[in-house]
Order: sequence, then C-alpha cells, then structure tokens
Amino acid sequence: MDVLRIDLLFKIAGIGIFISVLSIILTQAEKEEQAQMLTLAGAVIVLLMVLRLLGDLFDSIRVIFNLY
Amino acid sequence: MIVSGSFLTCTKAGDLVEIVQVVGFAIIAAIFIILIRQSRPEIAQLLSITIGIIIIVYLLGYLKMVIDLITDMALEAKVSPLFLRTLFRVIGVAYLAEFGAQVCRDAGEGSIAGKIEFAGKIIILIMAIPILVSIMEGIVKFIP
Repeated sequence: MDVLRIDLLFKIAGIGIFISVLSIILTQAEKEEQAQMLTLAGAVIVLLMVLRLLGDLFDSIRVIFNLY
Repeated sequence: MIVSGSFLTCTKAGDLVEIVQVVGFAIIAAIFIILIRQSRPEIAQLLSITIGIIIIVYLLGYLKMVIDLITDMALEAKVSPLFLRTLFRVIGVAYLAEFGAQVCRDAGEGSIAGKIEFAGKIIILIMAIPILVSIMEGIVKFIP
C-alpha cells in the first residue's frame, strides 16, 4: 500500500506543457531546429522517468507473484 | 483459528477512500492528457502509461494481502506448493502480457499487442507443463 505517487504525474504533465509552449515560442523566433531539439529532449526526459517507473512496476510484480 | 495474521490485516483496509483516490487521480490525469495530446502526442502517450503504472503499483499492496491470505488457506488445506506457485506465476505473466498489450494498443500498434498476447500464451503454456505432467502421472496411477 505505498502511497499514490501523484507527483510524477504532475511533473510529466508540467514538462509536456512547458515544452509545447517553448517550442511554439521557438518556432515564432524562426529557430525551427532548436524547437525540434527541444521536443526531442523533452521526450527523452519523460521517457527516462517512465522507464524508472516501469522498473518499479516490474520489481513489485516480480516480488508479489514470485515470478523469477 | 484457521487463518490468523493475513485475514486480520485484510479487514483493516479496503474502504471508500482508496477508490475515491484512484478515480479522482485518473480523471485529473485524463484531463492532462487531453491538454497535452494535440501539441505533444508522444508525451501524452507516456503520461497515460505513467498513470496506469502508478495506479497498479498502488493497488499491488492490497493484492499482496489477498495472495498471502490465499497461500495461508492453501497451506492449511495441504495443497502442494508447486500448484500454488505456478498459479501465481501464471497470473503474474498473464497480467504483465495484458498490460503490455494494452499499452501497445493505446499507442495504435494493434499488431504488436497481438504478438505480446501470443508470447504471453506460450510462456504460460510452458509454465503449466509440470502441472500437466503431474496430472498425467496421477491418472496413470488409477488405470490398473
């Protein structure tokens, strides 16, 4: 019964909104390639967070169902 | 008293507050996803995976109580641990395959989801082989 980890959700949502706003600003400043880089960076950061969470899920399932 | 520890812990948890937390949290997350989907679809997809994982990890604690209860009862009923262990492993594999398939279907990859389910079926079949063998041996003993 560990606590409901809501902070992760808000972190990722914040990153998503922040990046979409920044990329709009960058595209208006005619810096398309930097906007692309920013989108890529955002996706990678969020992916790393989700991967860590996925690792936790697999560990807890492995422990509970003593899978291997 | 057949079942002591695990049964008592079950009675404490499991009232309204858990489901309210989960439902409220899921609705908030759905709104965030709508907000992000039109500008950053990949992050929206990752967000939906995150919410699924968080809710499941939160609920696995309660699942553990039920599993401890079942194992206690099975030991009382002298069920051989092999069957129980395989049963729980099969449930774990089935759940993980289902989780992976759902995520892939959300991302629009129906074919990959089918492959994952197919792999899950094969793995479960392989895990069930010892039980099949022991059943066969049991049957053969009855035939004179």
